[in-house]
Amino acid sequence: MIKKGTWVIIQKTILAPDQRPDNIPEDTKQTPLVMWVKGFLQEDTALGQPATIKTKMNRTETGTLQEANPPTLVDYGEYVPEITQIGTQAREILFSDI
Amino acid sequence: MSNDTSYNAVMGRKSEILKQATNIDFSQFEMEGIAFDYEKMMASIGYTFDQIKEIQQRQGVGDTPILELRNLTALARKCAKPGYGARIFIKDEGANPTGSFKDRRAVTSVYHAKRLGYKGVVAATSGNYGAAVASQAAALGLGCIIVQECYDSKQVGQPEILEKTRKCEALGAEVIQMTVGPELFYKFLLVLEETGYFSASLYSPYGIAGVETLGVELADQIRSITAKEGKQRDPDAVIVTHAGGGNVTGTTRGLRRRNCNSQVVAVSVNLKGLHMASDEHFNRKSFTTGHTGFGFPFATWPDRSDMPRSAARPLRYMDKYVLVNQGEVFYITELLANLEGLERGPAGNTSLSAAFALAQEMPQDNIIVVQETEYTGAGKHIQPQLSFARKNGLNITFGEPDTEVAGQSIVLPKHPTMIKAREVDLGKMRNSLIRNHLEHGNTTKDRLSKIELDFLAEETNV
Repeated sequence: MIKKGTWVIIQKTILAPDQRPDNIPEDTKQTPLVMWVKGFLQEDTALGQPATIKTKMNRTETGTLQEANPPTLVDYGEYVPEITQIGTQAREILFSDI
Repeated sequence: MSNDTSYNAVMGRKSEILKQATNIDFSQFEMEGIAFDYEKMMASIGYTFDQIKEIQQRQGVGDTPILELRNLTALARKCAKPGYGARIFIKDEGANPTGSFKDRRAVTSVYHAKRLGYKGVVAATSGNYGAAVASQAAALGLGCIIVQECYDSKQVGQPEILEKTRKCEALGAEVIQMTVGPELFYKFLLVLEETGYFSASLYSPYGIAGVETLGVELADQIRSITAKEGKQRDPDAVIVTHAGGGNVTGTTRGLRRRNCNSQVVAVSVNLKGLHMASDEHFNRKSFTTGHTGFGFPFATWPDRSDMPRSAARPLRYMDKYVLVNQGEVFYITELLANLEGLERGPAGNTSLSAAFALAQEMPQDNIIVVQETEYTGAGKHIQPQLSFARKNGLNITFGEPDTEVAGQSIVLPKHPTMIKAREVDLGKMRNSLIRNHLEHGNTTKDRLSKIELDFLAEETNV
């Protein structure tokens, strides 16, 4: 159970596949249009259950409770060895005859 | 506010919602049939160039340095025939408050929203513009909501877009993250209607007028540098990354304010074969902006934007349009860091990649200016973006860049001589623009009037 007042993220289907317009690619049309938004939980709620939040701009949004205290997952990824070669070669071309 | 929030009902209220959210009555600019008075719309913002400059300066926006890339120029000369290899300069727009030229576009819009008494601003963007709007809103004490196309249907997002989410939130904004699809616009309209906030559209006249300062600064800076060297001259070419068209439009309008007639070259990353609204293709591209998925449609039909009439009309302004590949832009990003000591974001280096190739076709006394850089960092950097591509099954190799297939491979040039700028047929783009005006525009007559023909001549720059 996630406590009222916790910073959470909810998920909500905005358009079901059959509500999506026809002028979008077929693969996209087979999926729903989904929204995620963060805010403060308004009542004690279990994960995966319908939830109501107040967003940063104090709007009310409803959806399915996905996660409490959602982390920021931005990093530099895994090492890509090719990158290291680029500068090495350029320096050789540029400075080899100086 | 109407109670009917269904898709069709909200889309049907689009004009009325946008009028409320921009305080612009676009009908006043309509002339006849397909024609509208673009310059009247640009003048309607009610701020002079000097006022815009002052608003920007108050927020620390603009007046960014221009740097000569001496080692990249030397490398280009090694690749070029004798006597060729223009001097390459870069306008370090990464020095703006949120790290891109988008601060210029946000500042006037948000200032205007505040002056009109709006309590907040909304923008639909997954790019740097969101952070720029959030930053200005924070500084002026306004609310801010950014609606982002962020994830595929499995809730997997491009590292670059997730970084933008983080940055907007860090600047106090609320971020609404959506899956792939143009119906994001529906949620955007719902939010405008619910909040009564101002629509800080990328394509509003305020946004475009804000970029004019970039062109003016660039002309002044090159003139000042060359005057000190003994002979004042203008840039021979200005290279501009092109997506929605605002960068090309605003920069060229700024150059013209200074009577600077440099050739304006638009550049996009070639994402041929990838559909921008496809859920499956969404994470198979490594560039989220500055690519042909925006560049082509916005050049040939500017009024597809979230404004009834877009202020970004790039075909009026570009002299040449060239394409580069993803691998080339990543490669030049690494060269900028390794040879010039400037670590800047990959997408902003789209124009640098083209400049490196184009410089080799120009004599050594010519000057070529790359008109932007952007910030870099976790998520938004060659390392995580290539790592993400590899995880998504893309083949990353060294080779001949022309063999790159968007969505399947990223080919890093085996040698700097392989970097190219591939010219797009502007004649075809112009035909396509005319076709779009005739198909989507407000005309039912068999023959176009003189006013409509003059309008098309301006639209196509012929």
